[in-house]
Amino acid sequence: MDYEAVIGLEVHVQLKTRSKIFCSCSTRFGAPPNTHTCPICIGMPGVLPVLNKKVVEYAMKMALATNCEIASVSQFARKHYFYPDLPKGYQISQYELPLAENGWIDVEVDGQTRRIGITRIHMEEDAGKLIHDEHRPLSFVDLNRTGTPLIEIVSEPDIRRPEEASEYLKKIRQLVRYLGISDGNMEEGSLRCDANISLRPLGRQGYGVKSELKNMNSFRHVQKALEYEIRRQTALLLDGGQVVQETRLWDAAKGVTHSMRGKEEAHDYRYFPDPDLVPVEIERVWIEKVRQEMPELPGAKRERFVKEYGLPPYDADVLTSSIHVADYFEECVRLFHRPKTVSNWIMVELLKLLHQDNQEIDTCPVPPSSLAALLKLVEDGTISAKMGKKVLEESYKTGMEPQQIVQEQGLSQLSDEAELKSMVARVIEDFPEEVAKYRSGKKKVFGFLVGQVMRMTRGKANPKKVNELLQKALD
Amino acid sequence: MAKIQKSEVEHVAKLARLTFSQAEIDSLTDQLNDILTYIGKLEELDSTGVEPTTHALKLTNCFRGDEVGESLPVDEALSNAPQREGGAFVVPRII
Ligand SMILES: [Zn+2]
Repeated sequence: MDYEAVIGLEVHVQLKTRSKIFCSCSTRFGAPPNTHTCPICIGMPGVLPVLNKKVVEYAMKMALATNCEIASVSQFARKHYFYPDLPKGYQISQYELPLAENGWIDVEVDGQTRRIGITRIHMEEDAGKLIHDEHRPLSFVDLNRTGTPLIEIVSEPDIRRPEEASEYLKKIRQLVRYLGISDGNMEEGSLRCDANISLRPLGRQGYGVKSELKNMNSFRHVQKALEYEIRRQTALLLDGGQVVQETRLWDAAKGVTHSMRGKEEAHDYRYFPDPDLVPVEIERVWIEKVRQEMPELPGAKRERFVKEYGLPPYDADVLTSSIHVADYFEECVRLFHRPKTVSNWIMVELLKLLHQDNQEIDTCPVPPSSLAALLKLVEDGTISAKMGKKVLEESYKTGMEPQQIVQEQGLSQLSDEAELKSMVARVIEDFPEEVAKYRSGKKKVFGFLVGQVMRMTRGKANPKKVNELLQKALD
Repeated sequence: MAKIQKSEVEHVAKLARLTFSQAEIDSLTDQLNDILTYIGKLEELDSTGVEPTTHALKLTNCFRGDEVGESLPVDEALSNAPQREGGAFVVPRII
């Protein structure tokens, strides 16, 4: 029997606010343990949390970017469980009245677009961090992260393949980065993903028993864990067995998922509305104000790049993958009006250099103005395209302006006709045998003679001009 | 109003990590049922058309700006910790 996977994802995104969601402690990463804590975020009795307005606005941006409906009234709720990284014994989250519901995003896999529904987006606080002692039976609790704002994005069970899950996540990352609301880094934990997965006979409606997968901290791991889980559940079902509803942890080293035992009753969170926090009311005016602060989103930008700059869809796709690359491109085109040329140089040369160094374009040592200047030098023939690539590398390495590099290293192309003519004449004089061969019909020798001129100018002669002049002199 | 069963009291006690003797469970079950009966009086009111509320005050949208303020000195943050090491709370090993 053939089975089909039914996958839904829960994504947690850490928001890039300066202060925490309910108190004014800093969210800065990497501070010494427990130096960013206060009575509110360590859960002292009698304190009152107050909501950070920016958290609401960031969450609204994501809701709008994912086509969600923003609730006119939403409310915080307490989610109860015991764990040492949760000082209050409950996490402040949203339950019955989340900030936003009923959205979707489109993902593309193998040239096919699929629409993945978004059930809800809600705001909540992050927990602290536990470090386990390697030798003693102890764990250390650091509450700096406690109260860092998160949004949780819950998808509908619309995902059918591991590749789709991975693309969906990449889309979420692209959106939060475009919106500037999160670093969206899975390896560092600013983007986290849990997956629900069940199987059902192909063509059947309804759902099978699902397992919940955790502990996947890269796109690749999400895909691998889902692939493994599909194999595991398929084997179980074909064997006449049954899937048990449980939480399973992905073991990246072994490439398997294994059951997290002893979590029965763990899902009885006893949610209730948090009486410390008043409802959030969002009116149209506020939504429109937030909408206006949003940048152009990837889809619209891609379309505009094709229409406005006449770029092939592939180029537009690569250039809009990150808002910084797109901005870089547009700034460069503003200064040098050949979009396709700019696109080629960014996609082929610049992104290659950045990729080698694992760098992002927003920290690129060659600003758009420098690339534009370089392209002008190539266009007006001051340097050849080949030389241009070298100059770009040099500029990337040293941060020097292309013009300066060309000048200081004497790289500009020799195009002066009189000078080139005299060199051509000298070559003809120096190599009478080859010239005779050429004139007797052995046209291949031509390349050798061009080479001699190039050698005399140490590669700086404009090859097109040399060809022209040599041809004229020989015929 | 539905009566609370002993099993529910045991379940909630377990979730709250509380241990009770059989006698305590019996008495808590009775007490919780008394409270529910008392609260149940409210059901006699006609609440048609009344919006459910989570607050006594008619207050919404209490916000603060995204500004960083001062945190506690680490010694003060840890002053109630039964055990500490460096700047961290120490707890029995988890996992
Ligand atoms: Zn705090």
